[in-house]
Amino acid sequence: MSSETWFGLCGAVLVGLGLFGLITHPDALRKLLAFNLLGGGVFLVFGTIARRGAAAGFGGDPVPQALVITGIVVAFASTALAVALLRRLAEAGGEPAAAAPAPLAEPPS
Amino acid sequence: MIAGGPIVSPAATASHGHLLVFAIVLPVLGALASLLAGGRWPARIALSTTPFGLAVAIAIAVSVCRSGRVLDYVIGGWAPPLGIALRADGLSALMVLTAAVLIIGIGLFAYAQFSAPAGTEARGSSVFWTLLLAVWAGLNAVFLGGDLFTLFVALELLTFAAVPLVCLDGQADTLAAALRYLLFALLGSVLYLLGTMLLYGGYGTLDILLLADRVRPGPIAWAALALMSAGLLAKAALYPLHLWLPPAHAGAPAPASAVLSGLVVKAPFFLMVRLWFDVMPGAADQAAAQLLGGLATAAILIGSVVALRQTRLKLLVAYSTVAQIGYLFLMFPLAGGVPAIHPWGATAWTGGALQAVSHAFAKAAMFMAAGLIYEALGHDRISDLAGIGRALPVTVFAFGIGGASLMGLPPSGGFVAKALLLTAAVAAGQWWWAVVVLTGGLLAGGYVFLVLTRALAEPQAPIKLQKRVGGGRQSIALMLALAAVLLGFVPLRPWAVLLIGRPASASAGL
Repeated sequence: MSSETWFGLCGAVLVGLGLFGLITHPDALRKLLAFNLLGGGVFLVFGTIARRGAAAGFGGDPVPQALVITGIVVAFASTALAVALLRRLAEAGGEPAAAAPAPLAEPPS
Repeated sequence: MIAGGPIVSPAATASHGHLLVFAIVLPVLGALASLLAGGRWPARIALSTTPFGLAVAIAIAVSVCRSGRVLDYVIGGWAPPLGIALRADGLSALMVLTAAVLIIGIGLFAYAQFSAPAGTEARGSSVFWTLLLAVWAGLNAVFLGGDLFTLFVALELLTFAAVPLVCLDGQADTLAAALRYLLFALLGSVLYLLGTMLLYGGYGTLDILLLADRVRPGPIAWAALALMSAGLLAKAALYPLHLWLPPAHAGAPAPASAVLSGLVVKAPFFLMVRLWFDVMPGAADQAAAQLLGGLATAAILIGSVVALRQTRLKLLVAYSTVAQIGYLFLMFPLAGGVPAIHPWGATAWTGGALQAVSHAFAKAAMFMAAGLIYEALGHDRISDLAGIGRALPVTVFAFGIGGASLMGLPPSGGFVAKALLLTAAVAAGQWWWAVVVLTGGLLAGGYVFLVLTRALAEPQAPIKLQKRVGGGRQSIALMLALAAVLLGFVPLRPWAVLLIGRPASASAGL
């Protein structure tokens, strides 16, 4: 299999994992992380598409790269907005399911 | 099939094309200026921007009507597929005009509300004006964008401006509602983006006119259509993705609810129309359109029944939005979906567009009325509304008139919209949608009369108003409700403007 196919498949796996997490996790912070995973998958698909343009004869299609930068900025901005909302919710004493930061995996000390 | 109609070439820039740029740049400049200026300035900046915005919207509408063709502007002279085009067809022009008129009404209403010496909403109010202008900019960009990626960015701008409107008061429950709204919107936007990328990968362009020529039915087009539709439905709150809407729209302050329910949910619907009718009229087959119609039916029936069971007025109005969004999506099975354009397509198209506009006015008026009632009584329990009809007659009248348009009582705009959808359903031989339209109208009548009978009932004891409500805001609500009714007095012929930019064969049969 060519490297584009591998990248495409990895993107698809990330999209699947992110979508699963976004739908099944009740916790808002985890949903947000899952959204970022999903976004990462989509951006990887962008890269694959840019690469496939290269296969068509011109050395790498720059348009998806321009689009992916905009996409990353938008995803970053939405994550920031969601985190700000989460913090305000925690300060206002909202329900813990959405407000309290979920216990993440222990960092390897 | 040429979706652009009379356009000669995508690169041709019409003489009034710069108007489209003004429509987007003006509110953006206003939003930036009001962000930088503090104190009482944001309200002044926003209110002084609105007349210019309305003038631009009228100029766009006049230009499109006069020339009878799509108004377009190629930014920087770079022709698509490399550059970006802005386009206004008949439907865009109508939506831009609707947004401008409603923003003025909502702005005046909010000015009266936030300038009241309450003091508690001081911070919320100055943010409100920046967000109002940002929402306006996002809406105009959605209505005028000519390629799918620009539309994605526009939709994101709109979401980022709309989400904080939900939680202006900073209470825990509205913050939770805003967060829920944002999470639904994020899922929607990322699915839309994935679909966009698939289309780019398959056809090498994102420009709507170029895509319309290139897209062929096949796995790529179907996957992209499914992903983008699912994303847009999450943002438009079509059943079963409506869960975020009632708490978000009911929890916001009245002017913000009016923006959200009247205008913001129309933007993803508008993108659905672009996608299904302009980008891939050939790829979306009748089975998919029927599925969309099925979801619309569920939205109308379930939304109305749940609205009937509400005990709080603002939640009732919010659930009625869920139901009315359903009517918008009835347009899809009726107005097309198959390559062969039917004579009833134009009827359904006009009906759907009129439903979007008349619902925008009626629902803005109803949310304003509900907000005023809440403010006057200090609560919005429907069972305790007795006597409010005598205390705030203008407000209750506005609620009733807006409700009449939702029910589809003649001669309101809602009546014309629903009558057109009904006609199209009968002409298409799809009688089941006609049953849905009529049942939904009856249910809407149920929940509007439920409120009105309580509001007009004789109170047990003379009611005490918590707060005096000024006549100015009451009359703004009434004027918006009357605007929804007046739409019904416009004869059918001028609405042919809506078909500008549609394929010629689609214009027959109105």
